[in-house]
Amino acid sequence: MNIIVVGLSHKTATVELREKVAFSPNLIEKPLRDLVALDDIVEGVIVSTCNRVEIYATTRDIAGGIARIKRFLADHHRISLETLEPHLYSHHSEAAIRHVFRVASSLDSMVVGEPQILGQIKTSYGYAAEYKSSGIILNRFLHKAFSVAKRVRTETRIASSAVSVAFAAVELAKKILGDLSDKTVMLIGAGEMCELAAKHFLNSGARGVMVTNRTFERAERLAADFGGEAVPFDELFQHLHRADIVLSSTGAPHCIIGPKDVEEVVKRRRFKPMFFIDIAVPRDIDTKVDDVENAYLFTVDDLQEIVQANLAQRNREAEKAEEIIDQEIGQFYKWLSSLEVTPTIVALRSRFDEIRRAELEKTMAGWKDLPPEAEKRLEALTMAITNKLLHAPTAALKRAGQGGRIDLYVDALRQLFDLQTGHQEDDELELEE
Amino acid sequence: MTHLFFYLTLVLYGCATTAYLACLFRTSDWLTRWASRLLAAGCISHGLSTIHLASQAGHLPLTNMQESLSFFSLLIVATFLLFERRYKVTTLGSFVTPVALVMLILASALHGEVRQLPPILQSNWFWFHALLAFISYAAFAIAFGVAVMYLIQRHFLKAKHFGGLFQKLPSLETLDEISYRSLAVGFPLLTFAIISGAIWSEQAVGSYWVWDPKQTWSLITWFIYAALLHGRLTIGWRGKRAAILSIIGFIVLLITFLGMKHSITW
Repeated sequence: MNIIVVGLSHKTATVELREKVAFSPNLIEKPLRDLVALDDIVEGVIVSTCNRVEIYATTRDIAGGIARIKRFLADHHRISLETLEPHLYSHHSEAAIRHVFRVASSLDSMVVGEPQILGQIKTSYGYAAEYKSSGIILNRFLHKAFSVAKRVRTETRIASSAVSVAFAAVELAKKILGDLSDKTVMLIGAGEMCELAAKHFLNSGARGVMVTNRTFERAERLAADFGGEAVPFDELFQHLHRADIVLSSTGAPHCIIGPKDVEEVVKRRRFKPMFFIDIAVPRDIDTKVDDVENAYLFTVDDLQEIVQANLAQRNREAEKAEEIIDQEIGQFYKWLSSLEVTPTIVALRSRFDEIRRAELEKTMAGWKDLPPEAEKRLEALTMAITNKLLHAPTAALKRAGQGGRIDLYVDALRQLFDLQTGHQEDDELELEE
Repeated sequence: MTHLFFYLTLVLYGCATTAYLACLFRTSDWLTRWASRLLAAGCISHGLSTIHLASQAGHLPLTNMQESLSFFSLLIVATFLLFERRYKVTTLGSFVTPVALVMLILASALHGEVRQLPPILQSNWFWFHALLAFISYAAFAIAFGVAVMYLIQRHFLKAKHFGGLFQKLPSLETLDEISYRSLAVGFPLLTFAIISGAIWSEQAVGSYWVWDPKQTWSLITWFIYAALLHGRLTIGWRGKRAAILSIIGFIVLLITFLGMKHSITW
């Protein structure tokens, strides 16, 4: 049995095309049933996110299976195959396993290391399990992919650093102010990025928000959104000393906060440090503010630089993740190939023979002065019994080998008779989260 | 026995210091754990060595420079281990353990002359004075390490240089907090040490204050730390100014300790 992957992602298709090919989670039952009803397709899982649409399936006929799934995607979404095909990629066998492990570990994501994709695959797999379109192989395959993703997340620092400007601002503030739980944010003006950053600060535990704006109504509205306090714009400097974190993005044509102001404010705060972020163009806060002791001013460019550095770090960590994936592919592939018929028959035979021999030796050892003739006959007798016993299951296996669901038999046999297989690692069969 | 444990301590401190320095450049839980374990093992060995020496001499081993340096080093390590437990700041170890190691190496290089306890030291006030002084020194050594870290971290923030070391160092606020705590422990101890020293001086030479270099420099050290704490509590001095003052304080303290041994006693 072979695993195949067919799909498209942000790397191969525009968002318009991805939208057209997306599957709605509410209506996923029918496509899943249609998918496994295709000739030669045994099991199937459909993963559909805003960045990728992928189908994982098992088949005996790699080329045919891939072609049928491509056709299925085109037909289902009523797009001509000619338009769709150039954007589709397909993988089989080891490459397919690698692809899915990489996707689940967020190595193929637009932002490498972002954590959402794993949850999305888990949900997609949940549907496939619910509608029984996935079976022994894909079940095990996806659980393996989840455990690989978990290993990657815990053993590398791929997701440990901030890769958005707003998050970078929070991280930076923590490096100055330490714990944010007793810190107050002051929002000057109402840029989108400022609001986003303020939200991040609140989520990271900041105590409260003050909002000021040239139009007071606007400040009030925003303050209400945040559960904060609106401050009239001309009273800014009466309140600034209460802020530990200042986010500024007004449309003012010149600086509204200068080094002299900040010096006063910092003194009033008994030199407790202040963290400024200036998002406005032209600037709201004079760059000389950074020269004031215990005041730290950062611009969007500084934050962008942090984000770039963190992304570079993620890419370095991604190399470690690839090594982990390499190890895991080997293990999984061993299990997958153990599901083939011939090795199973061989293993089954040697298991029976092993038992036969052990029992025979036990009997002979306790049986003195046995004539050699009798010894030969006992040998022949036991062999005949095992052969007879094995005849029917062997024939059934060979017959099933020509049909579709061989893995069912093989897996059952291996478990019933405790045959050696390629998987020593523990089964993680429950879905986390 | 003493020598065996002393050299074992040297080896363990050496390994721990190397591990703590490596922690600055590599992120590894394993490395962090072992740095701390090695240092704790060194500290125990150092403690045993000191106790053995003390039990042989019949008093605290503080009667010559070699013993004093070793004792100083022991207290720095013990104090750091306490702070590390409390604040989870591995990087502080990268700045403090080298100081302890250098002191111990100096101690091992010095000739440890066996000497009779001079009669002048046979006073409880002396031992009280010495013990308090050394504990306060250890606290100031921590404040010194933290101050150096503060200045480095502040430099990174002002220069907008966000490299690996920046990520490793704790936040300015944490550093400031540890600095304040260690000063708040060190300063009262130093004050009592100076007072008990004066009482002992009265017993020994008949005058509370004789203006010998050791006493003078101790007083200078005291004034620096007094100014630092006063500034902090009244005006709210913190950050760069406090860090620089804390570094100056420790340098003066080292001068007092290393340079001024020709005082009324030795």
